[in-house]
Amino acid sequence: MPNEAWGIGASLLRREDERHLHGRGEFVPDIKLPGTREVAFVRSPHAHARIRGINVPSDAARRVFTAADLPRIKPIRVETQAPGTKAPLWPPLATDKVRYVGDAIAACLAPTRAEAEDLAALVSVDYEVLDAVVAAPRDMRGSRHPVHDGWGDNLFSERVFESGDIDAAAGAADITIQREYRMNRQSGAPLEGRAVLAYRDWRLDEIVVYASTQTPHTLRVALGEFLGLDLRRLRVVAPDVGGGFGPKARLYPEEIVLAALALELDHPIRWVEDRTEHLLTAAHTRDHHYKITAYADREGRILGLDAEIIVDAGAYGLWPQGPYQEAAMAARNLPGPYAITNYRCRASTVATNKAPLGPYRGVGRPGACFAIERTIDEVARALGRDPVDVRELNMVRPEQMPFTTVGGMRFDNGDYPQSVRLCAQLLDLPELRTRQRQGESDGRLIGTGFASFAEQTAHGAAEFVARGAAIVPGFESCTARILPDGSLVLMVGIQSHGQGLETALAQIAHHELGIDPVRIAVRHGDTESTAFGFGTFASRSMVMSGGAVARASRLLRDKLCQIGAHLLQCEVTAVRCADGVVQGPQGSVTIAEIAKIAHLRMDGLPPGVDPLLDATATYEPGIGTGVFSYATHGAVVAVDAETGSVELLDYAVAEDCGTMVNPMIVEGQIRGGVVQGIGTALYEEIPYDDHGQPLAGTLADYLLPGAAELPAIKIGHLHTPAIATEYGMKGMGEGGAVAPPAAIANAVRDALAAIGAEVNETPITPRRVVAAIKKARERSPQVRP
Amino acid sequence: MKAPAFDYVRPQSLGEAMALLAKSSGEARLLAGGQSLLALMNLRIAAPALLIDIARLPELAAAVDGVDRVILGAGITHAMIEDTRVPDPSRGLMPRAAASLAYRAIRNRGTIGGSLALADPAAEWPAVFAALDGEITVASPRGRRSLNCAGFSTGIYETQLAEDEILENVRIPKLSPGARWGYVKLARKSGEFANALAVAVADPARRFCRIVLGAANGPPIVLAAASQVLAEGRSDPDRLRGAVAADLDRAADRHFDDFQRHLNIVAAARALQQVTA
Repeated sequence: MPNEAWGIGASLLRREDERHLHGRGEFVPDIKLPGTREVAFVRSPHAHARIRGINVPSDAARRVFTAADLPRIKPIRVETQAPGTKAPLWPPLATDKVRYVGDAIAACLAPTRAEAEDLAALVSVDYEVLDAVVAAPRDMRGSRHPVHDGWGDNLFSERVFESGDIDAAAGAADITIQREYRMNRQSGAPLEGRAVLAYRDWRLDEIVVYASTQTPHTLRVALGEFLGLDLRRLRVVAPDVGGGFGPKARLYPEEIVLAALALELDHPIRWVEDRTEHLLTAAHTRDHHYKITAYADREGRILGLDAEIIVDAGAYGLWPQGPYQEAAMAARNLPGPYAITNYRCRASTVATNKAPLGPYRGVGRPGACFAIERTIDEVARALGRDPVDVRELNMVRPEQMPFTTVGGMRFDNGDYPQSVRLCAQLLDLPELRTRQRQGESDGRLIGTGFASFAEQTAHGAAEFVARGAAIVPGFESCTARILPDGSLVLMVGIQSHGQGLETALAQIAHHELGIDPVRIAVRHGDTESTAFGFGTFASRSMVMSGGAVARASRLLRDKLCQIGAHLLQCEVTAVRCADGVVQGPQGSVTIAEIAKIAHLRMDGLPPGVDPLLDATATYEPGIGTGVFSYATHGAVVAVDAETGSVELLDYAVAEDCGTMVNPMIVEGQIRGGVVQGIGTALYEEIPYDDHGQPLAGTLADYLLPGAAELPAIKIGHLHTPAIATEYGMKGMGEGGAVAPPAAIANAVRDALAAIGAEVNETPITPRRVVAAIKKARERSPQVRP
Repeated sequence: MKAPAFDYVRPQSLGEAMALLAKSSGEARLLAGGQSLLALMNLRIAAPALLIDIARLPELAAAVDGVDRVILGAGITHAMIEDTRVPDPSRGLMPRAAASLAYRAIRNRGTIGGSLALADPAAEWPAVFAALDGEITVASPRGRRSLNCAGFSTGIYETQLAEDEILENVRIPKLSPGARWGYVKLARKSGEFANALAVAVADPARRFCRIVLGAANGPPIVLAAASQVLAEGRSDPDRLRGAVAADLDRAADRHFDDFQRHLNIVAAARALQQVTA
């Protein structure tokens, strides 16, 4: 049997933490190679302009590279099979036009970054400034200067989803709720920005690219395609990566340019993104507009949902999936965890002169959750019912599982209404309601809000094929190799950048083989040492890579048993592998002894058994449409109606992610996600002015939640193991970030109920709260709390 | 971003620093805590050819506890005031303000002289020292002069400092035992610059009452009408709000939008409430 302190279900301390706590992690900027030149990019100060000419100082040849100097580079091309979509080519260094502030134009090389910036300042670009497309809803059908010439409009894609009979629902409704919601644009803001270090290895005839990326293998595929290089001539290494959250799961122009420079130069080059570059050019996120009409009966049962979603996607679509998935995910997830039967949704993805939008923890769902969960609360308010009850009334019930929603999501299992009840319990809702009636001594207004969601995780091929994706990340891989001394190396195609996968994957191998986790190494992030895999995103790695580790471990276990039975002179059916030994009826042999024979003493092998203990396996879950974690979040806020400030007094998460391999890591993931969701709810925003200038270029303007702003986050677990995965695991990495904007907005709404004010836009800033209160008071001046 | 190249010198005395500054013909900047200047240089907003590091000058580290006032050297850090490692003339107002200023790491290095000389409109010290009726001593090879804290800043990032002058110290009158103060900083989160900042001081024994508004799209504003309400010892909130509104009407050049105007009134009213409560 596996040791309970180490195996599945154990809160084993994270092995990766020791090096980080001692400052011994190795991130791209920590890697020192002799002769390295630093790169600074000349970037567009304009949102939209034609380039008339680029003037490079005459003595700067081979130190300044424009698109013309790097003809090998092909424009980034996103493929999609989805109908009616447009996919513009994106030259990694701008050629004829710049399309957002920060668009790269030239790479400048110098011994230090400061000197590279000096050089960049000497490059002048002659621009013909064009009108910027900034307001997606206004400009989607066309504008004076469309983002992409020849389109006529500014639409990447537009799709109408329809299921059931929305008109019948409208006719049968007792009440109709209409609202507009807005989730503003923000940054992914990992602790470490992007970074690339590239050099040519003449001995191996390859280009080595170190990159702070979540997806080293697909980055290699992209570099091969856009540089016209055999993949055997490209090695990509993601060393320690200081957070990704989605933006680092995409290809960036800088990665292509650095790899192209490595082919041109006889020294390494490095680019380390600074915070301003990150805020201006790394994938932005959210930026959704919603118009929702909900039809409900007098009980609060939602009969139909009619929606319009507009996603402001910026100038280009990031490789590999393009700009389409935000709107598509939002449209499919808008009906939430509810058994709504009639649904119509028009989802538009709009090109604007802003930085490209990319994935960020939750992808599309935080906006959808915000829209549906705010609407649920408004239905409840309109009927004078408790939002908790209306949630439960509409939710898919356990006995309806598996259940395919009107948005096309196939929920596998779970007790969704129980998460609402557990969350209300964690917050002690009756006590809060009493406190609320009594009022606060400091005059602030208390409110409580909930938000529920089901999170599609670890989706396989079926899901990505249905999306029309050109790349289908449906599996993961693991090579498990027992070395001659019996220690184990797991080589996996994912990338761990804070998720603790070096620990959790070792726990799975321990579960299968009984090897002490300290004798297990997990290698990831290097295309040289690992079989192909897609990387870490979409809440997939624990389920997919964990499944691959389980399978490869079992292949090894079978072989260990085969050799062990031979050594123990018994039938293979009479032995079992546990606690680091193969146990037979009359004795046992250790894995180390078997490993020695498999490598150093092949004369001890049974006839017909090959040497080596080395197995590669792939894994795709039994359901390609994903396994669904779910949760209800609850927030308690105090709102200062005079200043508009919102303080979080309490926060609770009741969730079910199936079998937890390492509950401590699960809870860390939940807390981290919730904090990012709080950032979306209250602080983070990158506004653009009418000329397309971004107004948050430093952390003085871009506010992130800090420890002082956070309550202790309570977590309650439900346990419904998945049917279609190894051990019943479900993914859960993103969920924490999905519900906080909705839960907090509902709590603010609850606090301001007596005034009649609601804030339907994130972040919920003091300015927006004060404006909402003012608007409500102008509407009904007699109400004064 | 990284700063463009610059020279760096660390003089041993105030006299030497003044000589270097006078010689630099406007190309030099004084470096104290560096918590704003270095960031501005990294953003390439500031590009001085020479940094004169005055952070360790003994003359600027002096703290003198006088009979009726305290003199604090310009090089004293926010953290020293927060931790009351220097005499506090303000009966707790200054430590409270220091604790609300940015983050501890910044407070460990940032100095009061740096804050006053930079004159960021959202900074705390210009408003606090104006409310306490402090005076600033500036020194140059031409001699010394004394300037009122209220009025020292003349605009956004602008002060009365001449090119060759160094801010040497701040002289702050001691509040009487019966004095009271109010300090209200409204910011989106802890450590951020203020969206509204009001400092009220009432010291009847010295016949001194003043409400000052910081974060005012320019230098701190001494609210004359509101200060008068405070001097009358009245705590009628509507009357005070009216007085603040009248003061703000006289500051039309600050172009407060509706929200800022509203927050300013709330901050001033709450600061007064703290004084009279």
